[in-house]
Amino acid sequence: MEQANTEHSHGLHMDPQVEYSSSKLGMWLFLGTEIMLFGGLFAAYAIFRAKYPEMFLEQHQELNREMGAINTCILIFSSLTMAIAVSAIQKGKRMLSSLLILVTIICGLGFGVVKYFEYGAKFAHHIYPDTSIFFSLYFMMTGLHMLHVFVGLLILGVLMVLTWKGKFNEKYSTPVELGGLYWHLVDLIWIYLFPLLYLVG
Amino acid sequence: MSEHSHSEEHHVTSYTTYFIVWVVLMILTVTTVYISYLDFGTFNLVIAMVVASIKAAAVALFFMHLKFEDKITWLFAIFPLALLALLMGMTILDTFTRITP
Repeated sequence: MEQANTEHSHGLHMDPQVEYSSSKLGMWLFLGTEIMLFGGLFAAYAIFRAKYPEMFLEQHQELNREMGAINTCILIFSSLTMAIAVSAIQKGKRMLSSLLILVTIICGLGFGVVKYFEYGAKFAHHIYPDTSIFFSLYFMMTGLHMLHVFVGLLILGVLMVLTWKGKFNEKYSTPVELGGLYWHLVDLIWIYLFPLLYLVG
Repeated sequence: MSEHSHSEEHHVTSYTTYFIVWVVLMILTVTTVYISYLDFGTFNLVIAMVVASIKAAAVALFFMHLKFEDKITWLFAIFPLALLALLMGMTILDTFTRITP
C-alpha cells in the first residue's frame, strides 16, 4: 500500500531521499568532468608559461586588471545571491528565492557586459586569438568560461520562472540546488582564471 | 555533528554564514589584487594560487555545501581534483626537466 502510494505520486520506483542524493551525486560527477575540461587548458597554460615566461609577463599587462577585478566581485556576489536563493527555497520562501535568482541573473549579465567591453578593447588594439600563445589561451579560457556563464544564465532563467510559479518548496528544491552547484562551479573556475591571466600572467 | 543526527531534512545554511563567507572572499580578492602590484618574483604566482585555493575551498565548502555532504560526495569532488593534480604535476615535471637544445 505504502509502496503503491509512492509510485503513484512520483511516477518513479524511487524513494525521494534516494532520488535527491543520486541527483546531487550525478551533478558532482558532471562538475568533475567540467573540472577536467578546464584542466586541459590549465595544463596548456602551465606548459606555455614555463616555456615563454617573458611573453606571459609582458602580454598580461595588456589585460585590464580593474575590469577583471570588477568581474571577480560581480561573480562572487552572484554566488552569494545564488547560495541564499537555495537556502531561501529550502525554507519555503519562493518569492525571495526567485527574486535572488533574478539578482544572480542580472549579475551574470553584468559579467557578460564587462567581458564584452574587454574583448572589444582587445580587438580595438588589434589583439586577436591568433596574436600570440598567451592571447590564444586568454581567449580560449575566458571564452569557454563565458560559454558556461551563458549556459548558467539559461538554467537560472528556467529555475527563476519555475520557482516563481511555485514548482519548488521546502520539501522539494533539488533543481534549484543543482543549478546553484553549476553556478558556483562557474565562479570557482573564474577564481583561478582571474589571477592566472590578469594578475600574474 | 549534532546537526546531522537530529535533522532528517538536509542541512540548510543560514544567510549569516553565507554573508561571512562572502566577506572573506571579498577580503581575499582585494588582497590578491593588491599583492599583484608588488614584486615578489616567482612568489607572486605561489601567493596568487594559495589565495585562489583558499577562495575555491570556501566556495566549495560553504556555497556548494560540501562541508555538509556525505563521504561519497566528497569522493566525487576530490577524485577529479586528484586527476587534475596528476595532470598538472606530470605536465610541470615534464616541462621543467626537459633538456632542450
